[in-house]
Amino acid sequence: MPVIVVEVMPKAELLDPAGKAVATALAKRGDGEFTAVRIGKRFELHVDEVTDAVLAKAQHLAEELLSNAVIENVVRVYAAEDAVA
Amino acid sequence: MTARIGVVTFPGSLDDRDAQRAIRLAGAEAVALWHGDHDLQGVDAVVLPGGFSYGDYLRCGAIAAQAPIMHEIVAAANAGMPVLGICNGFQILVEAHLLPGGLIRNEAGAFVCRDQTLRVENATTAWTHGFEQGDLITVPLKNGEGGFIADAETLKRLEGEGLVAFRYVDVNPNGSLDDIAGLTNERGNVVGLMPHPEHATEPGFGPDTPSAMRSGVDGLTFFRSVIERTLAAV
Repeated sequence: MPVIVVEVMPKAELLDPAGKAVATALAKRGDGEFTAVRIGKRFELHVDEVTDAVLAKAQHLAEELLSNAVIENVVRVYAAEDAVA
Repeated sequence: MTARIGVVTFPGSLDDRDAQRAIRLAGAEAVALWHGDHDLQGVDAVVLPGGFSYGDYLRCGAIAAQAPIMHEIVAAANAGMPVLGICNGFQILVEAHLLPGGLIRNEAGAFVCRDQTLRVENATTAWTHGFEQGDLITVPLKNGEGGFIADAETLKRLEGEGLVAFRYVDVNPNGSLDDIAGLTNERGNVVGLMPHPEHATEPGFGPDTPSAMRSGVDGLTFFRSVIERTLAAV
């Protein structure tokens, strides 16, 4: 079943306390080569068929509902063969 | 004649009953409204209460802003009906684009619950005209995602046009830009704030004041203001 993937990230200038906590945990494990972690969102929108119209609608929804432009950026909207999991 | 003020209950609303009680204490009739309806039942004003609608999924207030009744509320607000958003209700107003900016996780990363001093910055709105500009009031604040942000241009407009309704005094509990605790729209009928005026409306259950424990009732003025404005408009 094809899906449309929407990736959303918090704006770079905003605090990401969850990402910071993970980065701290990595450093404590001795995995300090990962100097920072930022956590975003991945939406998988299931569709019967990927068309230009449905992709355009997904892009619109990504900007209007799935993200808030004040605090987040839509990184990517793309069609994939199947859900990840 | 008694003013009728609606309170919308969303899945996950927490303070809807408290808001109804505050409305009754202020002298109006509280009308329970349901998120799934398209009916405002002819109310004179609406309160969007605090809580955690839809478990704060997606973003705080984002899913509630899509609720059926929000179509009617946005239309009524644009036509001048007074709307007050408290805490999650403020987040819903922002997500519904009735107020600008966004609300993000508190700067300290922790939920904050305290009696908060606020300065009234705009005493001309439907919900604040019973105050004097510059009044210091105390109402409880309790949120995890109350940090107000907006881009520089929006912030400049809010400050320049007097659209900041309330500002935090002494302590900025959540890292809000310019200490902004609440906003109004240009028309002054839509007001949103993170602190909870409905929790400061009944002696014995409000915030502490210098005169007595739990005696603070500064929140009553919000509801009395809108009642007066509503009845004056008839």
